Amino acid sequence: MHSPADIAASWPDAIYAHFRRLSIRQVGYVPDAGHSRLIALCQNDPDIIDVVLTTEEEGVGLVAGATLGGQRAALLMQSSGVGNCVNMFSLLRNCGFPCIALITMRGEFGEFNPWQVPMGAITEDVLRLCGFLTYRVESADAVDEIVGAGCDMAFNGNLAVAILLSQRLIGPKQWTR
Amino acid sequence: MLDRRELVQRLLIDRGDLLVVPGLGSAIYDVAAAGDHPLNFYLWGAMGGTAMIALGLALARPDRRVVAIPGDGDMLMGLGSLATIGVKQPKNLVVVVLDNARYGETGMQASHTDAGVDFAALALACRFRQARTVTRIEEAAAVRKLLHAGDGPILVNAKIKPDDVPRVLPLRDGHSIKDRFIAALNGA
Repeated sequence: MHSPADIAASWPDAIYAHFRRLSIRQVGYVPDAGHSRLIALCQNDPDIIDVVLTTEEEGVGLVAGATLGGQRAALLMQSSGVGNCVNMFSLLRNCGFPCIALITMRGEFGEFNPWQVPMGAITEDVLRLCGFLTYRVESADAVDEIVGAGCDMAFNGNLAVAILLSQRLIGPKQWTR
Repeated sequence: MLDRRELVQRLLIDRGDLLVVPGLGSAIYDVAAAGDHPLNFYLWGAMGGTAMIALGLALARPDRRVVAIPGDGDMLMGLGSLATIGVKQPKNLVVVVLDNARYGETGMQASHTDAGVDFAALALACRFRQARTVTRIEEAAAVRKLLHAGDGPILVNAKIKPDDVPRVLPLRDGHSIKDRFIAALNGA
């Protein structure tokens, strides 16, 4: 059994377990504090090719290429990165590429930096306009179920699915050291 | 300066197992003119994405050779992908930029390469294993060898004439292009 504290700290492990279950072989990301544990898990997995990107829109191309090559891929990004991807998302919709995107939210619950708020406030709407199904996760104990269902929908139906990991789940960015 | 149709024709002759990703605009027409093939992924949109799609494909299929063929405008929009490719070092990936120093689809306005921005130098700075600029058709045979057997990642910047050549329009429906490619490559 896991204690509540264990679950709160290890929700990235639940996402990683679904990556393993579904044989996801490529993971594209821009370095991110909220995803740091999941990124490290992927980097340490010899079956997963981790691809560090200069901008999130590169990851959309990566997913398309991986799918053409017969592999499954996932994207990890912050909510601000969604704004960088808008035209590139048309690739998913035009061709019916499956895409699972795990979005760590900024600019909402407890955000210290007001410059994150404008993009964070429209992230889910932008994703929907771009053709994504979106699901929000507010608590650590819901990560496993929602991410699992989202991944299954993406790969069973060639759909674009985004999981929004709320800032309340991740915790506000700590500015003091 | 190269004739774009003649160059692409020579690069893709007897193409064997090559997987080819031509970028939007005239590169699609050039690749289609060289012969339609199910292992062409015609990228009609998503400008800037050609090299990254080729990277995802090259990482997924290290047993196959992958060729990205963006125009200079497409490559400029995705310059960061050169750095991303440089990190992953795919041995089976070659990027051939068809560089006419123009935005051909929008009225032949000058691109950054017209002012001297140099893709081969950028690629080397991004840790590509090889990069070269070609200007003469006699070099096509050597470039074709790189596509099939060069130690990647490789970038070839092909300086082509800014001619307006007749369009050769291949398959345009994205689902069909994708499904045909996957079926041909993976037997799905």
